[in-house]
Amino acid sequence: MKRVSLVLSLAIVAGFTTQAVNAQTLKTVKDRGILSCGVSQGLPGFSAPDDKGNWTGLDVDICRAIAAAVFDDATKVKFVPLSAKDRFTALQSGEIDVLSRNTTWTVSRDTSLGANFTGVTYYDGQGFLVKKSLKVNSALELNSASICVQTGTTNEQNVADYFKGNNMKYEVIAFGTADEAIKAYESGRCDVFTSDVSQLYAQRLKLATPADHGVLPEVISKEPLGPLVRHGDDQWFDIVKWTLFAMLNAEELGINQSNVLEMGKSDKPELKRVFGTDGNLGEQLGLTKDWVTRIVKAVGNYGESFDRNVGAGSKLGIARGLNQLWNKGGIQYAPPIR
Amino acid sequence: MLGGQSGWKGLIVQLLFVAALAWISYAIVDNARDNLQNQRIASGFGFMSQTAGFGVSQTLIPYSESDSYTRVFLVGLVNTLVVSVIGIFFATVIGFMVALGRLSPNWLLSRIAGGYVELVRNLPLLFQILFWYLAVLGSLPNPRQSVSLFDSFFLSNRGIVVPSPIGQAGLGAFLIAVVVAVIASLLLPAYARRRLFQTGKPLTVWPYVVGLLIGLPLIAVLIFGKPVHFEIPVLKGFNFAGGSRVAPEFVALTLALSTYTAAFIAEIVRAGIQSVHKGQMEAGASLGLSRGSTLRLVVVPQALRVILPPLTNQYLNLTKNSSLAVAIGYPDLFSVFAGTTLSQTGQAIEIIAITMGVYLLISLVTSALMSFYGWRIGRSMGA
Ligand SMILES: N[C@@H](CCC(=O)N[C@@H](CS)C(=O)NCC(=O)O)C(=O)O
Repeated sequence: MKRVSLVLSLAIVAGFTTQAVNAQTLKTVKDRGILSCGVSQGLPGFSAPDDKGNWTGLDVDICRAIAAAVFDDATKVKFVPLSAKDRFTALQSGEIDVLSRNTTWTVSRDTSLGANFTGVTYYDGQGFLVKKSLKVNSALELNSASICVQTGTTNEQNVADYFKGNNMKYEVIAFGTADEAIKAYESGRCDVFTSDVSQLYAQRLKLATPADHGVLPEVISKEPLGPLVRHGDDQWFDIVKWTLFAMLNAEELGINQSNVLEMGKSDKPELKRVFGTDGNLGEQLGLTKDWVTRIVKAVGNYGESFDRNVGAGSKLGIARGLNQLWNKGGIQYAPPIR
Repeated sequence: MLGGQSGWKGLIVQLLFVAALAWISYAIVDNARDNLQNQRIASGFGFMSQTAGFGVSQTLIPYSESDSYTRVFLVGLVNTLVVSVIGIFFATVIGFMVALGRLSPNWLLSRIAGGYVELVRNLPLLFQILFWYLAVLGSLPNPRQSVSLFDSFFLSNRGIVVPSPIGQAGLGAFLIAVVVAVIASLLLPAYARRRLFQTGKPLTVWPYVVGLLIGLPLIAVLIFGKPVHFEIPVLKGFNFAGGSRVAPEFVALTLALSTYTAAFIAEIVRAGIQSVHKGQMEAGASLGLSRGSTLRLVVVPQALRVILPPLTNQYLNLTKNSSLAVAIGYPDLFSVFAGTTLSQTGQAIEIIAITMGVYLLISLVTSALMSFYGWRIGRSMGA
């Protein structure tokens, strides 16, 4: 019972230590020599192991980027797969240093879990997956439907709000893991599978005939997904926050994996600050002057990571949409590096 | 007594020991609360009155999204108890049958029973739960193509839907008739035994019992009218409306838990029966009792003494194993409370403490009931 042992270690840490154990995450990570990163149990595009056990995905890249910034080595990450319901306890108990697992930023999670969200890696919303043979064209036609969902998610609550709000009946069956939920949906136990839209596309790939299933047009919620760290360690919070901002700024400035070393030689004032050839912004964060170079060299800029994992260059083929940069019609916007 | 002291000295040592233990636990809890507060992790039990805001598929007590987490707790607890009690019942029945089959002189029967035990014991329980759920129940047709009986019973991948009874005018009289019949049937065997001892004439009880149980209610219905009206389920949209439903999650979990535990129970019962001396069987036969009667009247009561303690263990295991429910979406206590409620509120320590306390309590009550039963058997055998 993973959950019980996580909670016990949390209780032991809370009961027997005299001060916050986690005030110095950066030091702990450096001493350990490896970053411990909480991810999903296998969600293509966001965090999934390939057949050799290598983790890839947009959420995975955030952790690799942090490891690159800290160690200049993107492989120094231990990935800890977590189900939706175990993820927060794993962060609280100190088993992981950062949780990067398609997690929605909400006020209750930001305030009651002893955790802080560091930013938004992917702007998402919740949707419904149905068999095309049911000939349903809108979520409003789903009255009396049986719905499969993963337990411990915002999706479980949103679906209750949506059906109640629209005066529709429903039966929700909540499963421990995504695989169990999608299998039950495939077996016909449920008419609908619901989760964040990006995850619908990812899970659809696991079905025997993905083309027989379609995503309904309605998006019923806001699901800004992002990484979390423990409350109370501002330095570590800044590092994780600015790792994503560095990837976004790199894309905005046209810095990518192939030109990063070349552009590093530029003498434009703005680029000199970014690359640390002028000033010491990286050191102020607790990292090194060349932190942005390390990050982009390892995982590329935000756009590259997006394309490779979930976008046009991936099996998911999701359009940039809201996740396009702010100056290209989207809402991804990072504060400047200065 | 601690340290072997007796009287006042021992008592004082014990009191001091308890006081020290209480003080240490208090310090730990207090420290934990401080640490959680510093880390901004919510603590305390205030969350229990907050609105849950999520749906639960199967509830035996009324529940809606706008109820509190306390209600969720009760819903989960009832679901856990129901699946455990029904699972224990079937596990016991199947377990005893398989054990008797295994001991039977019939070669084929004993081989089949042995094969069952070997197969079921050696496959992981989670695998069996998923097998029943996905492979067996999951292959049933969808509601629109459901298998129906008299157009009122429907079997589909949404479960079994049956007409549900709705009380009518005759219900009161009917229930009274049933209660009277049941009480009378329970008193009959005692009367029969007394008569046997006093007059030496045996009385076959069962025809009277059947007559009472069927006859009395029937008379009530004839005089006071139909007790219930049956509401027939109809297909509406994606699912059946009206009627009562047994969901596939419940069926799969009960099936898996009871067949799995039955294999262990069968071995316990077999060992128990074999522990009774062979002479007892022969003694029964020489009294002219049939094999079945000897088993029932002579061997099993003696075997029960050996069987009860490990049997209790199996009952506790079954209850604990019911927490695998979340794999197939059955809303038991572990799933809705230690799962959904925990991740929505983040109050891991409190919720796991409550949950573990409840399982502990269930275990203690089960053990107490079984000990009581064992004590009664011991007494009735004059041991
Ligand atoms: N964004 C939502 C949902 C996150 C979530 O867990 N989604 C499921 C949807 S399928 C998932 O990714 N499961 C993958 C896994 O459990 O490994 C939340 O934070 O609560």
